[in-house]
Amino acid sequence: MLRRLPGVNASEVRNRQQLEASDGLIIPGGESTTMANIAERWGLIPDLQNFAQAENPLWGTCAGLIFLANRAVGQKAGGQALLGGLDCLVHRNFFGGQIHSFEALISMPACFADPSNSPFRAVFIRAPAILEAGPGVEILSEYELDAEEQQQAKGQKAVAVAVKSGNLLATAFHPELTDDVRWHAVFVALVRERLAKRQHPATSVEEKVEVKAAADPSNPYVPVWQRNRPADLPVFRSQDSGERYNWDLQHVS
Amino acid sequence: MAESTKNLKASFAVKVGLAQMLKGGVIMDVTNQDEARIAEEAGAVAVMALERVPADIRKNGGVARMSDPTMITSIRKAVTIPVMAKARIGHYVEAQILEALGCDYIDESEVLTPADDAHHINKHNFQAPFVCGCRDLGEALRRVAEGAAMIRTKGEAGTGNVVEAVRHCRAVMGAIRALQTMDDDELYVYAKEIRAPIELIRQTKHLGRLPVVNFAAGGVSTPADAALMMQMGVDGVFVGSGIFKSGDPAKRARAIVQAVTHYNEPKILAEVSSGLGEAMVGIDCRTKDFNSYAARSE
Repeated sequence: MLRRLPGVNASEVRNRQQLEASDGLIIPGGESTTMANIAERWGLIPDLQNFAQAENPLWGTCAGLIFLANRAVGQKAGGQALLGGLDCLVHRNFFGGQIHSFEALISMPACFADPSNSPFRAVFIRAPAILEAGPGVEILSEYELDAEEQQQAKGQKAVAVAVKSGNLLATAFHPELTDDVRWHAVFVALVRERLAKRQHPATSVEEKVEVKAAADPSNPYVPVWQRNRPADLPVFRSQDSGERYNWDLQHVS
Repeated sequence: MAESTKNLKASFAVKVGLAQMLKGGVIMDVTNQDEARIAEEAGAVAVMALERVPADIRKNGGVARMSDPTMITSIRKAVTIPVMAKARIGHYVEAQILEALGCDYIDESEVLTPADDAHHINKHNFQAPFVCGCRDLGEALRRVAEGAAMIRTKGEAGTGNVVEAVRHCRAVMGAIRALQTMDDDELYVYAKEIRAPIELIRQTKHLGRLPVVNFAAGGVSTPADAALMMQMGVDGVFVGSGIFKSGDPAKRARAIVQAVTHYNEPKILAEVSSGLGEAMVGIDCRTKDFNSYAARSE
């Protein structure tokens, strides 16, 4: 996805070395319980905190948002590790389980909107919501709640679903599942801004998703785990056409 | 504004989306709250709630059915990760019940005794997403056509023997590789041969992979088995009897999760494979009286 933006390189981060080689990190969707468990087990949490404190941009989507938040409700028994840094209160699985997952068109923030200003097809899956945001947190997009959801949010009319605070960007929905790269562009702009400050020549952005390993031309033998890696999963088109298999096949690498 | 926030519940994109969030993870069979907590602590991305693990279904025989809703509900209360449950093949009322319970995913599973020997559930009728088993590409795409949002290669559940999982994975991956070399004009006959919809075959050829997440299942019982399946190109792994039929379930569960994360780093695999205690016993799939679950549906 990110590589569709000019001059951006993305790769997968699984350990400290890969993290140190990155200019920005995306923490994608997944299960935040699992994510925190594994990051803790491999001792990555202090590294990630240092990475954030060095003002490197981080973007969390869905589970990544929970991971970045200072406070979360609805955690597993015994709590879970959070990276922290984002001054807000997040409600895990605010919108309920899988059968309450949904798609909605949300507005893009005015400062980043493209000329057409078209809404964004956002996919919410067992999604969290941001109930309270601290003073330093800029709300980029909100989602209006229906009556039932308002009750759960103790009368709040809308919840924030996209926020920015310094070098941290967080979204409750999954821009990685649709072919619209506007949120990706928001993040890349953040990385570029940071790089311009640092006068760093390279512009590489690391994405924590599966990527196809490039074959080394000097070595005809490709290890089995690189040979068999499947291509990226398809993403859905930015507007729902009503077709069932509405996959965007144009941009598959 | 009212127009622009119109919700679309349970679209195919949303159903496929959850499965994509499970990518690179391990889904574990659990039969009670304690096992579910062990699985969650070990780093499972989801749990499959069922009354008997497949190894016990094999041992006890009889008709295997959907689990008691009480058990499924209690497991949902115990953990924050998604909870899946199994319905019999073609038994759409069991699926309706599981959907009403709020299961995050329904597995239309050959491990339970099929209720319909010809038809699968029309999964487009449901809000809950489905995962289905397959032995080859045709079977996988037939399930996607019926509305499955996630696929798993069947293997042979409850055997602790990875050979069938490998066979089915090779069949799917190999067919996709062959498909990519085919001329577009040849796809019509190929669709007829493997009995799958032409449109999905075209998309699979273009993508070079199944259009939905594909996990391996049925026989994975060690970290090495899990890493083997990952190296063969699946997106994640189901572990059934392998964990809670072994000597030290908590340790083994953790080791399998680590093996799936670091599937291509043999040094880490060696480390996590050490001192796990007894593995489940396992069954040879070539004996005469072996009862294949995978062959119960196509």
